[in-house]
Amino acid sequence: MRGSGALLGAAGLAGFLALCEAVPRLGVVDADYFPPAARVGDALLTELGDRSFWTALGDTLTGWALGLSIAVTAGVLAGVVIAVVPHLRELTASTVEFLRPIPSVALIPLAVLLYGTALRSVLLLVVYAAFWQVLVQVLYGVRDVDPVAEETARSYGLGTWARGRYVLWPTALPYVMTGVRLAASVALILAVTAELVIGAPGLGARIAVAQTSQAVPEMYALIVVTGLLGLLVNVGARTVERRALAWHQSVRGEVTV
Amino acid sequence: MLDVRGLRKVYEASGRHVEAVRDLTFTVGAGELVCLVGPSGCGKTTLLKCVGGLLAPTAGEVLLRGRRVTGPPPGLAFVFQEYGRSLFPWMRVGENVELPLRQKGLPRSRRRELVAGALRSVGLSDASGAYPWQLSGGMQQRVAIARALAYEPDVLLMDEPFAAVDAQTRADLEDLVRGLWRQRGITILFVTHDIDEAVYLGERVVVLSASPTVVREELKVDLPDPRDQLTTRVEPRFAELRTRVYRQIQAAKRSAEPGPRGAVEKDTDAPADQAPSAT
Amino acid sequence: MSRALLRLSYALALPAVLMAVWWLASADSTNVYWPPLRTVLKTFPDVWTPGRLRADVVPSLLRLAGGYLTAAVVGVALGTVIGSYRRVRSVCEPVMEFLRAVPPPVLVPVIMLFAGIGDTMKVLVIASGCVWPVLLNTVEGVRAVDPVLAETARSYGVRGVARLKDLVLPSASPQIFAGLRQALSVGIILMVISEMFAASDGLGFTVVQFQRGFALPEMWTGILVLGLLGFLLSVLFQVVERRALGWYHGRRAVGRRPGGRS
Repeated sequence: MRGSGALLGAAGLAGFLALCEAVPRLGVVDADYFPPAARVGDALLTELGDRSFWTALGDTLTGWALGLSIAVTAGVLAGVVIAVVPHLRELTASTVEFLRPIPSVALIPLAVLLYGTALRSVLLLVVYAAFWQVLVQVLYGVRDVDPVAEETARSYGLGTWARGRYVLWPTALPYVMTGVRLAASVALILAVTAELVIGAPGLGARIAVAQTSQAVPEMYALIVVTGLLGLLVNVGARTVERRALAWHQSVRGEVTV
Repeated sequence: MLDVRGLRKVYEASGRHVEAVRDLTFTVGAGELVCLVGPSGCGKTTLLKCVGGLLAPTAGEVLLRGRRVTGPPPGLAFVFQEYGRSLFPWMRVGENVELPLRQKGLPRSRRRELVAGALRSVGLSDASGAYPWQLSGGMQQRVAIARALAYEPDVLLMDEPFAAVDAQTRADLEDLVRGLWRQRGITILFVTHDIDEAVYLGERVVVLSASPTVVREELKVDLPDPRDQLTTRVEPRFAELRTRVYRQIQAAKRSAEPGPRGAVEKDTDAPADQAPSAT
Repeated sequence: MSRALLRLSYALALPAVLMAVWWLASADSTNVYWPPLRTVLKTFPDVWTPGRLRADVVPSLLRLAGGYLTAAVVGVALGTVIGSYRRVRSVCEPVMEFLRAVPPPVLVPVIMLFAGIGDTMKVLVIASGCVWPVLLNTVEGVRAVDPVLAETARSYGVRGVARLKDLVLPSASPQIFAGLRQALSVGIILMVISEMFAASDGLGFTVVQFQRGFALPEMWTGILVLGLLGFLLSVLFQVVERRALGWYHGRRAVGRRPGGRS
C-alpha cells in the first residue's frame, strides 16, 4: 500500500512537471512569464554550476541556522523561566499575546536603518519571528503537565529541580519539538524575505536581481531552489521530531509497563 | 423480519486472510428481542455491521423483510458501543436526534414532535439544548437510543451499547430498552458479551462460537414478563439459563483454535474501509 | 471583584513597566534612530489622521481581506476534495508539500510578471501564500473524521451535501481553523511585503516611504500601527474562533478536568 502511494505520488509529480511544460508551450500562458519546465531546469543546472549561487545559498543557510539557534535557545530559556518562577506566567501573558502577532516584517524599515544589508538585518527578522513560535509552544507544553503527575511527584517529595527533570521536561518536550519545527520553516521564510526586500546577500537577493534583469527562467529556478530548501527543512525537522519523540515514548512505555 | 443466511466474512489484507465469520444462519421474527452473545473477539461487531449494511459479506446474505441488504437500509437504526464517538459533538442533543429525520425529509413540525417524544421516552426532555459531551456516559447513550427511536425503525441493532457505562447505569438502561421494546414493538437485535445481560434482556439468546464464528446454540428465554432487576435475577430459571449459556461460552473458548486471537479481535473491529494491516 | 482586579493588574503590570522603561530610556535620546517615545507618541496623531487611515490603512485591509477570503474558500474546497479520496491525496501530496515549502514572499516577483503591480497582484500574492496552510490542514482534518461517527452517519443515510455539512466540515473545523490562523499571519506579512515592493498606497508603502525619507518618528508610528493591526486582527480571529469552535473547546475542557470524561 505504501508502495502504491509512492507510485501515485511520483505520477502526480510527473504530471505536475508535464503540466508546467505544456501550459506555456500550448500558449495558455505567455512563455516569457512562465517558461516551460525544461527551460527552468536548464537555468537551474546553470545556476548549480555557478559559484556565486553556492555563496548565496550559503548566506541564506547561515542566516537561517544562526537565527533559528538564537530563537530556539532564547525561546526555551524564556519559556522555562516563565514557567518556573511563580506569577511570571500571569505577568507576561498579556505582553506575549500582544507582541506575538506583530508581523516581523514591520521591523524591516528599522532593520534597514540600523544594519543596512548586513547579516544582522536578516537575523533581527528571523529571530523575532521564530522566537515566538518556540516560546508559545514551550508555554503550551508546560501548561499541559498532568496535575496528577505533578501532585504525585510532590507527594513523593521531589524538589523543584527533580520535578522539572522528570515531570515538566518530558511533558513539554513534544511541544518544544513542534515549536522548533514551526520555527525552522518560519525562519527560512523570513531569511529569504529579508534578502528579497532588504537586499541582504543570499538567495532572496539573487531572486530580486533576476527579476530586475528580466532573467525569468533563472528567477523560477531560484524559486524552485527555495522550495526544495523549504521541503528539506520541513522533512528534516519532522524526522528529528519523530526520532526525538519515539525515544521519548519508548522511555515512557518502559516506565509504565 | 430479519433473515441471516450462510453469512461469511473474510477480511483480506496484504495477502493475509482473516476469517472473522464462517457460517451464520439465524432469523429474528417481527417484534422479537434477540440477544447475540459470544466470547470476546468472536466477530459480533462484524456480524452486526453486515446486518446493518455497513459491511458487505463475503458470502451469504442478509434479508430484511425478504429484501436483500446491500447498503444501510431505511427502517433500520444502529446504536454503537462508543457513545462518545457516535454522537456529533458539534450538535446539541436535540440536533443530534433530529439529524436522521432531516435526512428522511420529514417536515419540521413532525421532526419536532418525534424528537421531543424520543427524548421523553429516554427521560431526557430537559437535555435537548445541551451538548452531548456535557452529559454523563449513561445519558449520552440514552441520547443515542433516542436518536434511534426518533428514526422510527422497524429493526434496532445494538452493538454492546452498555459495555462502557457503570453497573448501576447499565441496569437502568437495560430496563429502558425492555420498556421501549414492549411499548413500541420494535424488533431488536442486541449484541453483548455479558451473559447476564443477554439472559435478562432477551426473548431468545443466540450463542456464538469463537471466531471464525458459527451459531453454537439458540435458546428461548422463558422468563416471565415484565422483568425486574431484583426478582428476575434471583429466579432459579434465570440461574439455569445463565449457567447454560455460560457453559456454552466456556466450551466455545476452549474449542477455539489457538491462533492470533488478538489480531482477529482487532480485525473484526476494523472500520469498513480500512485494511486490518493498518494496526 | 478583587480577583478580577488582581487579574487586571497582572495583565497591565508588565506592559506598563515596559512602556515606562522605553519612555525613560529614550527620553534624552539624541540618536536619530531611537527617537524619544514622547516624540513618537506626539507624532502619532499628526501622522495617522482619519484621511490617512482612509487612504492607506483601508486599501491594505481590503487587499488582505480579498486575498485571505479567496484563500480560505479555495483551500477548504480543494482540501475537502483531496482529503476525501485517498488516491487523489497520494497523487497530490508531493506536489503540495513542495508548493507549500516555497517561501510565500518569493511569489511577489512571479505574480508581478502576470498581474503587474496593481491591486490584483497584491490580492493574488496574499491568496497564493495563504492557501497552503488552509489547504493542508483541511486535508488532514477531513482525513481524520472519526470512523464511528462516519458509520453512524452512513447507517442513518446521511450522505451527499448533508454529509459534508453535518459530518465532514464540522469534524475538520478545528484543523481548518488552525490553518486559517497560520494563514492570517502569512497574509499580513504578504500584505506588507507586496506593498513595500510596488505600490502607491497602503501601510507597507507608507512605512517604507518614511524610512527612505528619514522621517524616523513617523516610521516608528508606522511600525506601531502595523503591530497594533497584527494584534487586533489576531484578537478578532480569536473571537470568531471561540464562537465557531465553542463545542470543541468545551469538550476539551471537559476532557481535561481531573476525573472528567476523556
